[in-house]
Amino acid sequence: MSVYAYLVAVFVLLVGAFGIVRSRNLVHAVVCLSIAQSGTYILLLAVGYQSKATPPVFGSPATKPTKAVAEPLVQAMALTDIVVSATVTALLLAIAVQIHKRHNTVDPNELAALRG
Amino acid sequence: MTRTARLLMFAVAGGLVAALLVLGVLDLPDFGASDHPYRDAAVPAAVLHKTSNVISSINFDLRALDTLGEETILLASVIGVTVLLRPASDEHEHESISGSGRLLDSTKLMGYVFLPITLMIGFLTIAHGAVTPGGGFQGGVVLGTGIHLLYVAGSYRALERARPVGVAELGEAIGAGAFACVGIAGALAAGAFLVNSLPLGAFGDLFSSGTVLLLSCAVGIEVASGVVVLLAQFLHQTVEVTEEHGQ
Repeated sequence: MSVYAYLVAVFVLLVGAFGIVRSRNLVHAVVCLSIAQSGTYILLLAVGYQSKATPPVFGSPATKPTKAVAEPLVQAMALTDIVVSATVTALLLAIAVQIHKRHNTVDPNELAALRG
Repeated sequence: MTRTARLLMFAVAGGLVAALLVLGVLDLPDFGASDHPYRDAAVPAAVLHKTSNVISSINFDLRALDTLGEETILLASVIGVTVLLRPASDEHEHESISGSGRLLDSTKLMGYVFLPITLMIGFLTIAHGAVTPGGGFQGGVVLGTGIHLLYVAGSYRALERARPVGVAELGEAIGAGAFACVGIAGALAAGAFLVNSLPLGAFGDLFSSGTVLLLSCAVGIEVASGVVVLLAQFLHQTVEVTEEHGQ
């Protein structure tokens, strides 16, 4: 039971990868990549979780700092991870738009030939 | 490569990756255990710098150099999207947009009611990044997407008037530059890049934690501008650009 949360992260990562492999649409592939990336958020937050711990924010007005808080390092990493993932998704979608303009298709199976 | 071959390959590779990950995961500390060495180091360091939000302290103080890197990724993506989606030589932009379509009055009302509230929450989240949950990244996203309530509530034209893409492009550069400048100022004042050299204030106050507030604002400006520029490129693409020899 204690590894259950980690296994969820592994499962989400692999489901996302599977989605990319059998994708027939580039937009679908980009969404699958986002799902695979969500696996990393789950893993990060699961590593930092502590039972009955409070969030690592001591607030305003300030409460007395305590060490019984969830791991703040992985939360900071998940936070930047999400922002970067969102912008990279935007970049990939822009590439998908360009591919559709140039090749008139978004099916990766039909994108076999290189074209200048 | 055929689909079947690709799926077979994934079955082999995915199976191996799954086995490796499961093996690795089994050796991790128990879920919910109380052994967190990084936490034990980060919380006292944040308290020392009078930052009551430990996550902000890590992002904008203890590991601010990492955030500079993340910010550069953000900047690079925004530039990439702008370059990729600029109208090509065989496309043209058209000005007139036929009718704004049907819009429920309730949608319009909710949009206009929530627009100022959302923008205010965005500013608050950025400004209180050092003391309460939030910070530049979260507040910037709220701010950047909040202004697009105009698109939901009104029309593309209203959004275009209220959303200065030129200013957002400047803001993107200023946000990224300000982060580096705060870092260089720290290097000049205290001898190390991005060192927290400002007066720290009192624990839990709005103006506490030295450079964390400044860096949070810089990131907030950059993320908000980035979201506005990104969405502007995509909206422009769907609404205004058509192929000359298309339909």
